[in-house]
Amino acid sequence: MSLWEFANPRKFMSITDRVIGPVFVLATACLVGGLIWGFFFTPDDFRQGSTVKIIYLHVPSAMMAINAWAMMLVTSLIWLIRRHHVSALAAKAAAPVGMVMTLMALFTGAVWGQPMWGTWWEWDPRLTSFLILFLFYLGYIALWSAIEDPETAADLTSILCLVGSIFAILSRYAVLFWNQGLHQGASLSLDAEENVADVFWFPLLVCLAGFVLLFVALVLQRTRSEIRLRRVHAIETRERMA
Amino acid sequence: MIAVLKRDLQLAIRAGGGFGLALAFFLIVVVLIPFGVGPEREVLARIAPGALWVGALLACLLSLDRLFATDFEDGSLDLLATAPLPLEAVIYAKALAHWISTGLPLTLAAPVLGILLNLPGEAYMVLVVSLAFGTPALSVIGAFGAALTVGLKRGGLLLSILVLPLYMPTLIFGADAVGRAAAGQGATTPLMFVALITLGSLAVLPFAAAAAIRVNLR
Repeated sequence: MSLWEFANPRKFMSITDRVIGPVFVLATACLVGGLIWGFFFTPDDFRQGSTVKIIYLHVPSAMMAINAWAMMLVTSLIWLIRRHHVSALAAKAAAPVGMVMTLMALFTGAVWGQPMWGTWWEWDPRLTSFLILFLFYLGYIALWSAIEDPETAADLTSILCLVGSIFAILSRYAVLFWNQGLHQGASLSLDAEENVADVFWFPLLVCLAGFVLLFVALVLQRTRSEIRLRRVHAIETRERMA
Repeated sequence: MIAVLKRDLQLAIRAGGGFGLALAFFLIVVVLIPFGVGPEREVLARIAPGALWVGALLACLLSLDRLFATDFEDGSLDLLATAPLPLEAVIYAKALAHWISTGLPLTLAAPVLGILLNLPGEAYMVLVVSLAFGTPALSVIGAFGAALTVGLKRGGLLLSILVLPLYMPTLIFGADAVGRAAAGQGATTPLMFVALITLGSLAVLPFAAAAAIRVNLR
């Protein structure tokens, strides 16, 4: 059994039909468990007080915002190279989810930044690159919805995704050059010496898992509806021909 | 390739507004800024580098949607695509024509508009150099955006949504170079970054644009 078997829409549908329910249940369990654990059973930070708890929403959504784009990049490449329709549809399905994750990271960051930094918004490199990422999502989704022919749309958005990735990374480092940061550095790296304390780290881990599962579940669900939509169109066209 | 370049330039001149329109737009944007922020000379001098760069960028954007659209409508893009000349070279020629008709005049006009915005004296040279380095990137990135949206009926607005985020690194380094020069610091590093982006875009984007046009002509 190889990965490419999923490229067959029928196979994809039958497998995801069985998988999607458990993934949704697991995602809900992780999110509910992790958030309750994080919100009610961890101590307040000695400087940040209870605002530290927004980390359980902010960090996972920010992580998924970037990884959703990375996933779109991979599926776009698969579409351009091997032309599997499921791959293109998965990229299309992931984009709005990624955009919402980006918005969520920006919003929770603003809510946290208001009491902590004393400002809703600061032109800090990380914040700015997330705003730019949001604009890239916007353009990508706009291009998908503007083109009627599905194959042309898949091709053009894939090209945009590739070029956009280069420029997104470029912007990421350009803004570092442009302004000094206010955002704290990475505190979850596996190789760093000083990280966030374990009390916060374990519930965060559960929340991270929950967000990943939620993302997978949503993308699968959206891909399935895209495939169904494509089938309906095919049936309609066939009936019009007959 | 030279024939395509000549043809596009002649079209730009004779159709009217090729050279003039972008320049006039640039002038108006720059004139509007003091009305928006007030006429204090210090404030203007502070924002002049960024304002000039953003103005040039918007002026560049203005004529992009006609880069391939007219050729697409009358069918000459099909002929260009099937011609012995590779499509990538056609895109180079068209981007170059776009640069000569917008980027180059903008670069030359920028110092004059810098006077209007009270740009500090040390920054004029860097302003011209940074625009000369940066505007080719704007043209070729714009050609890519235009290639993506060529088949759409109302591609103009979508084109700006797609292209403006791609312009961001060029703008950051370009405006930063002028800003540093205006503050009396060395501007070599950001200028080199602008040149890097231009060279990188010139090397990669015509291929992406050609791929997009082939998809659109299918």
